[in-house]
Amino acid sequence: MSSPTRRVALKVVGGTLGAGAFAYAARPFVQWASALSVDEVLRRHYKELTPDEMSQILRQLEADTKARYGADVHIEDLPPQEGVSFGYALNLSVCIGCRKCAEACHVENNHDRRTNNSYIRVLEMDQGSFDMERGQVDYDHAVPAPGKYYMPVQCHQCDNAPCVKVCPVEATWKEPDGVVVVDYNWCIGCRYCEAACPYHARRFNWQAPEIPADQINPDQGYLSNRIRPKGVVEKCTFCLHRTRRGQLPACLEACPTGARVFGNLLDPDSEIRWVLEHKRVYVLKEELGTRPRFFYFFDV
Amino acid sequence: MRVLALSFLALLAACGTDQPGRLRPPPGPPTGATTIHVPDRLTSIPTGEVDALGRPQRAPCVGCHSLRRPARLPSSVDELDEFHQGLRFVHGGVSCASCHVVGDQDVLHRADGTIIPMVDVLQLCAQCHGPQYRDYLHGAHGGMNGAWDLSSGDRVRNNCVDCHDPHQPAFQPSVPVLPPRDRGVLQGRGAR
Repeated sequence: MSSPTRRVALKVVGGTLGAGAFAYAARPFVQWASALSVDEVLRRHYKELTPDEMSQILRQLEADTKARYGADVHIEDLPPQEGVSFGYALNLSVCIGCRKCAEACHVENNHDRRTNNSYIRVLEMDQGSFDMERGQVDYDHAVPAPGKYYMPVQCHQCDNAPCVKVCPVEATWKEPDGVVVVDYNWCIGCRYCEAACPYHARRFNWQAPEIPADQINPDQGYLSNRIRPKGVVEKCTFCLHRTRRGQLPACLEACPTGARVFGNLLDPDSEIRWVLEHKRVYVLKEELGTRPRFFYFFDV
Repeated sequence: MRVLALSFLALLAACGTDQPGRLRPPPGPPTGATTIHVPDRLTSIPTGEVDALGRPQRAPCVGCHSLRRPARLPSSVDELDEFHQGLRFVHGGVSCASCHVVGDQDVLHRADGTIIPMVDVLQLCAQCHGPQYRDYLHGAHGGMNGAWDLSSGDRVRNNCVDCHDPHQPAFQPSVPVLPPRDRGVLQGRGAR
């Protein structure tokens, strides 16, 4: 048997190094795969799930939340109601820009505490101007400031939603009651929807949200405020877990000026219908043809 | 090979089988009650003191005024004493006597002289603020809590004086909460 040549020795060393480098490079995938069960990989789309399958998923998500965050939560998947189509209106004449709505959203929807995330951004704008590009969101002086007005912006639940059209995997869609939802377990995190939304209403989870167990809202919905995983897109759902039970959204209850009006567009006696029929109402960026169901109105 | 083909077909068959639309029945007729909140300030006044648990203490109006019944209403806020000292009054051209009744702290009087209980202050405000009252009656002015669908629960409407200080009704400047700290803001562009 001949002694190993220099060529063979180099091959062995190179092969070993190469295999090591490959294993190192593939490590995130291995970790990712270990966190993902076979069931999850083979799971079908939300709309194809039977009630039994959904119930299993909900129990699993509750167990995952307990393991990851140490909180006992209850996750529901309440279907929409017949004869209900949600609409929301906001009175710009009385909004003072206090951001209480954003805070209520932050708490209700289990947002990341570190980033102060919220589905609502309040723009401080110059009176007489309508240039959203010049609106400020990080103002920190007393409000309302002279010469300014305040425009909270959140998901407009468009009937012709650009975000739904661009999703390559149908992870986001419009529910029969008009709310655009995201299946956080189906989203691949491509952020096309975030780019498509003209209202900057979608947020991307760069990190898994950090929330202390005692601050987690245990009343959760599969399509709304359950804690989102890292790498998926999220958005306002008009607090589906509340509103589908007949409750008002958290941002409305928190508003100290009563600027927000919510209700069923199909009920002719609802408050939202009265506003649409009697107030000067406009929708943001109407020219884009998105057909929002979020309306702004004035008292004059 | 045949097994593979069969399992592929089975997979195909499993795709696109939407579950039938799951809709719950529509909301029923309204059964829930709508009540108007009665804030503490209609029946008591802050004393500036706190109790053993650190909660601000309030004195009920009747606690003093059942015994102390001033002979006349003050002509300006400077004449006020005790807990009422330091009251700020910025409310158009009205005076104390426009709303308050001398000798009875639990009632108010309307412009036509009708006496109304203090808790019905809404009727008093409505005399001058008609458009706001109209909007309030239609749920478009004043906040609320509870149910949008009154067949599913009750609703509590805010009282005028929940949000507005009757002696200084305009909203006073306040510091906004929850400054945003996410990436969109850190990039320095305003409306992102």
